[in-house]
Amino acid sequence: MAKVKKKVKSIKIDLDKCNGCRACEMICSAFHANPKYSSNNPARSRIRLIRDPIRDVYLPVYAGEYTAAECMGRDKYVIDGKEYSECDFCRASCPSRDAFKEPDSGLPLKCDMCEDDPAQEKPLCVKWCLNDALIYEEREEEVEEEVKLGEMEVGLESLVDKYGLQKVTDTVARMSKKS
Amino acid sequence: MRYAETGYHLEIDLSRGNVERVETDPKLTELHLGGLGTNSKLLWDRVPPETDPFSPDNLLIFGTGLLCGTPAVGANRTIVSAFSPQTLFMAYSMMGGFWAPELKYAGYDKVIFRGKSPNLIYVWINNDKVEIRDASHLKGKGAVETAELIKQELKDPNVQVAAIGLAGENRVYMASIEQGRSSASRQGIGAVMGDKGIKAIAVRGTKDVNIARPAEFLELSNEVLKYIQHRAENPIKNVEPIFEGLGSPQEMKLIDEKWHTTGFMWGNARTRRKDYWTKDVEEKWKETQESMRTRLISCYNCPMKCGAIVSVPGLSTYMMKCYSKLTYTMAAFSDLDFGFRIAQRATDYGVDGFSTPQTMAFALELYEAGILTDQDMPGMPSDTEGRFYWLLDRIVRREGIGDVLANGTYWAAKQIGKGAEEFAHNNIKKHEQLPLKLGMLNPVYFLMYCTGEKANITQIEGQFPQEPFPKREQREEFVKDWIQVPDEKFKQYFLDWEPRGDNSNPHYPTAQMSCEIVDWMEKMHYIDDALGVCAGLSSFPLKPPYHIHNYPAFISAATGIDMDEAGLTQVYRRNRNLIRSVNVRRGLRRADEKPPEDHWKKRFPELEEKLLDAYYQFKGWNKEGIPTQETLKELDLAYVAEDLEQRGIIKNG
Repeated sequence: MAKVKKKVKSIKIDLDKCNGCRACEMICSAFHANPKYSSNNPARSRIRLIRDPIRDVYLPVYAGEYTAAECMGRDKYVIDGKEYSECDFCRASCPSRDAFKEPDSGLPLKCDMCEDDPAQEKPLCVKWCLNDALIYEEREEEVEEEVKLGEMEVGLESLVDKYGLQKVTDTVARMSKKS
Repeated sequence: MRYAETGYHLEIDLSRGNVERVETDPKLTELHLGGLGTNSKLLWDRVPPETDPFSPDNLLIFGTGLLCGTPAVGANRTIVSAFSPQTLFMAYSMMGGFWAPELKYAGYDKVIFRGKSPNLIYVWINNDKVEIRDASHLKGKGAVETAELIKQELKDPNVQVAAIGLAGENRVYMASIEQGRSSASRQGIGAVMGDKGIKAIAVRGTKDVNIARPAEFLELSNEVLKYIQHRAENPIKNVEPIFEGLGSPQEMKLIDEKWHTTGFMWGNARTRRKDYWTKDVEEKWKETQESMRTRLISCYNCPMKCGAIVSVPGLSTYMMKCYSKLTYTMAAFSDLDFGFRIAQRATDYGVDGFSTPQTMAFALELYEAGILTDQDMPGMPSDTEGRFYWLLDRIVRREGIGDVLANGTYWAAKQIGKGAEEFAHNNIKKHEQLPLKLGMLNPVYFLMYCTGEKANITQIEGQFPQEPFPKREQREEFVKDWIQVPDEKFKQYFLDWEPRGDNSNPHYPTAQMSCEIVDWMEKMHYIDDALGVCAGLSSFPLKPPYHIHNYPAFISAATGIDMDEAGLTQVYRRNRNLIRSVNVRRGLRRADEKPPEDHWKKRFPELEEKLLDAYYQFKGWNKEGIPTQETLKELDLAYVAEDLEQRGIIKNG
């Protein structure tokens, strides 16, 4: 495969600066509503704040790839005396938890860096984080070209994993007949 | 579809164990917005005025503001209403935090409790699924601990819990409802929750809150964010640090407490210590604060950091906001280390950080004066700090003298007698006030202290500086970017207000000006409390991001209701008059409207009467402070006028 230049977007997360307000979740869900900003609902957000004030745990984490299987083991990390589950840091939309799934359909969610139309100069979670817990950074990297799955394909893939290809095909066929 | 609001109430009858989801009338949103406005409408409609606060017929209403759960920055307030055992009037204690947005996401604008549960219960609201659950295992547990235990029990860290501690269970009048970093503390609202047998309300919601005109609404919210940044970079000049910025007073961030410790009163609101704040004290307090404060934190969707996680070595962690940092410290003539320590226990017990320390200081004064004796205080330690813990433990359990003190200074003094009433000197409408004693009467503050329906100065003051700036140039600079004024004339009032001479307190601002200034400040609080926007970004600090000129656009874009400044002013007046009428029906009259006698050294009885007359007239009220027929009718409150007339409270015509 050919090598291509790719802009790598990243968000630097400074846990110490997080004030726990969850504006990131709010604005993410509003931006991805259809029409844009017509509703908001942190449960649809592609960023989640793992928050446990009494233990001073404030950890924003972004939705990554969908995965059909959960991990075999769940490790625990202790950092500065605070215990985190491995899952706390994990970006996957996975069967072991509710995070990063549409609350109604259960379809997986994934952070798109607000590249949606119109593209934003930086992800809105970063813009709304006045405390600079989230800092946007860009860099260029050379990577191998790859074919990316679109949003619908990821969704379909998760449905296939859940119900099997046959059932999904049958349902789609039945639905297209009805309409 | 309903916008900004969900359009549903959750009605819970605790006597019958019945839960209903009830659709609300959108017309009421147009008339009252939400939050405090619609709470007061429910109390007017459904609770007869003779109802005892501890009767099953008293409603306990958890109302979210209209904008809670929308992208509007800082819209996160829960307004809790009931008839108050403390003041006997309408209580509307409020809390920020995360509970109100979560309730909106669960699909409800309010939770309305009636009746009483025979056993201690907690309520679990999970979207459409609502359960009344046994809470016998939580009996006696601290409010903070209760929230943690419920989250574990429900296996969901995203559940938001509002809970009472021991004080609420025992119907202590100063009991609060605690919710993470926030609490609804005033007017005995936690006692009503305990009386109904509710230990906690846990909420989790994963539904949408909708906006009528999304792009417009987001633009407005972005402007607010930008203005917050602007204000962070441009603190207000020529004022004490505490007035420079936005938010509630930045007690968790600021170390410099010169203004409070040397200006406010210590002990039972009597002793001023002008020389208290020294370099040594500052160093010691800095060390204490920095070693115990783990993180500065906010409420939902707000970039401010008004609260903190506090970890005192050896004690369990809790969250603190604002002025409770100083109330115990100063009431006990102690230091910040003690303040942080005792506040941990007080927060878990769930008590109001204003009334509780003042009541304890009051008890110790009575003891010093021989009115309370060793017989009343068996086994009380000899040091003040030890005595505070001793008293606190007894108050929340209603043990011995604690049972008397648990009703606050006003009622306790009545019960103790022997001249104790002289010591309950810092009350308005039977409720403890900020420990503040000043020299010269300020006409604007006089009116706010007298007539505030909540009897809480911090929830009526805000937009207009507390005192004149010494120099004209300073005043000119201040008014330059004062975009929040409803009318240009307020700039002139401020420009002409002098520390001394003809244009100074108590005769300037004039009665008319004072009425207008108070009306402006009140208006902003009433709007905030209906919308659920934190006063810290609106009605409380100088030059806030929300004001009368941008609020109508927020409301219109969020809800689709056509709203302009005149319309919003009308809603404010309607809500103001409705709450006044609820209280008038419960007996509120002119005689109740007075500040603590010793609040100012220099008092002017004639002028004060004139001020009150002018204010009542300005409001369209009679000499007793009761809204007139015409006023009520003009505000679509003819049904209120009719009721007051039938009861013989007002006359026709």
